[in-house]
Amino acid sequence: MCVALPGIVKEIGDDGYATVDFSGNTVRAARGLVDIKVGDHVLVHAGCIIQTVQQEEAEELQSLFEELQAFS
Amino acid sequence: MIITMAHGSGGAATSELIDEIFAKAFDNDVLNEMEDSAVVPGSGRIAVTTDSFVVTPLEYPGGNIGRLAVCGTVNDLLMRGATPKYLTCGYIIQEGTDSELLKRVATAMAETAAEAGVKIVAGDTKVIEGNGGIMINTAGVGFVPDGVDISATKIAPGDVILVSGNLGDHHATILGSRMNITNSIESDNAPLNEMVMALLDNGIDVHCLRDVTRGGLATVLKELSDSSKVTITLEEESLPLNPAVRDFCGLLGLDPLYMGNEGKMIAAVPKDQAEAALALIRKAKYGEAAVLVGEVTEGVDGHGDLLVRTAIGGIRQLDVLQGEGLPRIC
Amino acid sequence: MELQTYIEYLKNYDGPEVTFMEVCGSHTAAIAKSGIARVISPKIHLVSGPGCPVCVSPSGYVDRLIALAKEPETTVCTFGDLLRIPGTEYSLNEAKGQGASVEMVYSPMDVIALAKEHPDHTYVFGAVGFETTVPVYTVLLDEMLREHITNIRLLTALKVMPPVIGWLCDNGAHIDGFIAPGHVSVITGSKHFEALSRQYGIPFAVTGFSPKELVLGIYGLLRMWEQKEELRQQGDSLTKNFYPSVVTTEGNTIAQAKVEQYFEPGPAVWRGMGEIADSGLYLRPEYAAYDAGSRGLDEDHKINKACRCDQVLMGKISSYDCPLFGKVCTPLSPQGACMVSSEGSCYQRYLNR
Repeated sequence: MCVALPGIVKEIGDDGYATVDFSGNTVRAARGLVDIKVGDHVLVHAGCIIQTVQQEEAEELQSLFEELQAFS
Repeated sequence: MIITMAHGSGGAATSELIDEIFAKAFDNDVLNEMEDSAVVPGSGRIAVTTDSFVVTPLEYPGGNIGRLAVCGTVNDLLMRGATPKYLTCGYIIQEGTDSELLKRVATAMAETAAEAGVKIVAGDTKVIEGNGGIMINTAGVGFVPDGVDISATKIAPGDVILVSGNLGDHHATILGSRMNITNSIESDNAPLNEMVMALLDNGIDVHCLRDVTRGGLATVLKELSDSSKVTITLEEESLPLNPAVRDFCGLLGLDPLYMGNEGKMIAAVPKDQAEAALALIRKAKYGEAAVLVGEVTEGVDGHGDLLVRTAIGGIRQLDVLQGEGLPRIC
Repeated sequence: MELQTYIEYLKNYDGPEVTFMEVCGSHTAAIAKSGIARVISPKIHLVSGPGCPVCVSPSGYVDRLIALAKEPETTVCTFGDLLRIPGTEYSLNEAKGQGASVEMVYSPMDVIALAKEHPDHTYVFGAVGFETTVPVYTVLLDEMLREHITNIRLLTALKVMPPVIGWLCDNGAHIDGFIAPGHVSVITGSKHFEALSRQYGIPFAVTGFSPKELVLGIYGLLRMWEQKEELRQQGDSLTKNFYPSVVTTEGNTIAQAKVEQYFEPGPAVWRGMGEIADSGLYLRPEYAAYDAGSRGLDEDHKINKACRCDQVLMGKISSYDCPLFGKVCTPLSPQGACMVSSEGSCYQRYLNR
């Protein structure tokens, strides 16, 4: 369920949509659910931006490594 | 000119269509005889194949159905080690087709045939009711040099699997236009003569060649592993993929291993010839991104398997494509 | 520590046998793709729950979509996954071959352009989905209202996760921990699973989808399970977020408010499992004009009586234990929900068998 992919906001239209780039694929994505600005990394599901991405995967893994230390 | 049912009548309108479009585009001495069948020179072991082409849209970034109809058949001949020589083509045209479109398709077909070194020696045109569609069938004839024996059953333990370039480009191009996703991905539709001939002319002991078309690399290799009763193990991290195609697949929940190409092939060659074969493919047209993707070992219990060693060291077992490979979102 | 340390821990785990369930079809697919099941200890079992909204939609829903697609001047638009789900007699794909008007789209918003272009034609969107997808329909509804578009209707089969997870736990599913759905949590926040983890004393690990994220999520889940008692005594939560790049505790509150505005909870039938209270979402009565008749599509016509999808979905048996698996039930002739979608657990098991 719920295929979603992070992309980068290239343009914000005044029609409720934004142009989001995924390594060269451009999707017109609805932006009604998230406050965004150009350059934001966003998660897109079914043509709709559902969240901004707070950190890249590498950063996320680093923070998880630190958090998971608590278990050992 | 808009194609109507009259263009399929066999009368003057049909002649006009053939003269104006096909005879001009495919002009060659055999076809120009306009006989009921083409008589061509040649002897030895003959490779014959046929393929029908339907694609939506008819024109797409990187090509059109005319180029596709040559590449598909030429590549099928090449995959048996044959030198492609002659093509026939049958057009089924729906009424309503714009003759300008038909010209572009025929021109692309002629150019691609010239590139692939084949002559279009016979043809046929039919017009059916409909809404501007074109379907093409091509049959191809080639000659297999003595001593060449390339087949799906000849992959052996100790072989390596080479792929001539990035996966999924054609499929992503076609699907992108249907799903409102814009990108710079172009179809890879191409005739693979140069790389195949380079391998054969330079003494590479090619065990098997197969063009990676519908169903993608996984389907092709699973079928080959079954035919040859071997285990093929791919390295996930070495699979060649254009980042745009990778993300395109990510958006639509598709797996690049099941995405089709129209100008890529796999080659199974003995491990000690891998470097030489790779260098030859990379030097040939359309082969720059060729890589070694996997190895062949003995089959287990007499049957074939296709495995992928994943980035985290896991093993994934693959089957042929099931169903249509539709995008999933949900 | 680096990733390999965590992989080694999972590989060398030699404690009691544990069973972890993922309830997200994309997790099912990502786990299969990563090959992780063959990396970790055989004492850690990964099973797939009812995580694909498409597969759990009852046949009555598909039948209704087909009926609508056959009405004059009506087109059904939906996602690719839904096209092959069998109804009582046919799938949408098969119905299309018989003249029903069916379009595959990438996004529900794609229908707006179609509807504007053909104002006299009715477009019905086959609106399936879990918490992740429901907000997308609210954006569609916003635009329909703003632009006064009246020729789009939704046939909804919308479902939420907590009631079905509770149902699994209440009905004797043997689950030691849940790999909580990452993209559902983007919308709902990790707090969505808090009450369940407290009620059942089972850990929930909100997990991402890359192989590395999967390793860390499953590791976190295992360690939570091992230290369950200590965590409880310390008053710590048994729900943890291992997907912080996009998941927060509170989730997307704008999306939550929009869902609340348009939809209300109600009972829903899950294919192979039956009706579960409050597990569905329906358009509120004030938006009834946009509903294509989504309530009461409860008929769940099981094609094959021997199908054991419900047990597979509950993690009680593996696909291999079903007498139909791989024999009459294959991706090309699916007999039950788990084989229907490419995200279904039997489908994935079949591909990676």
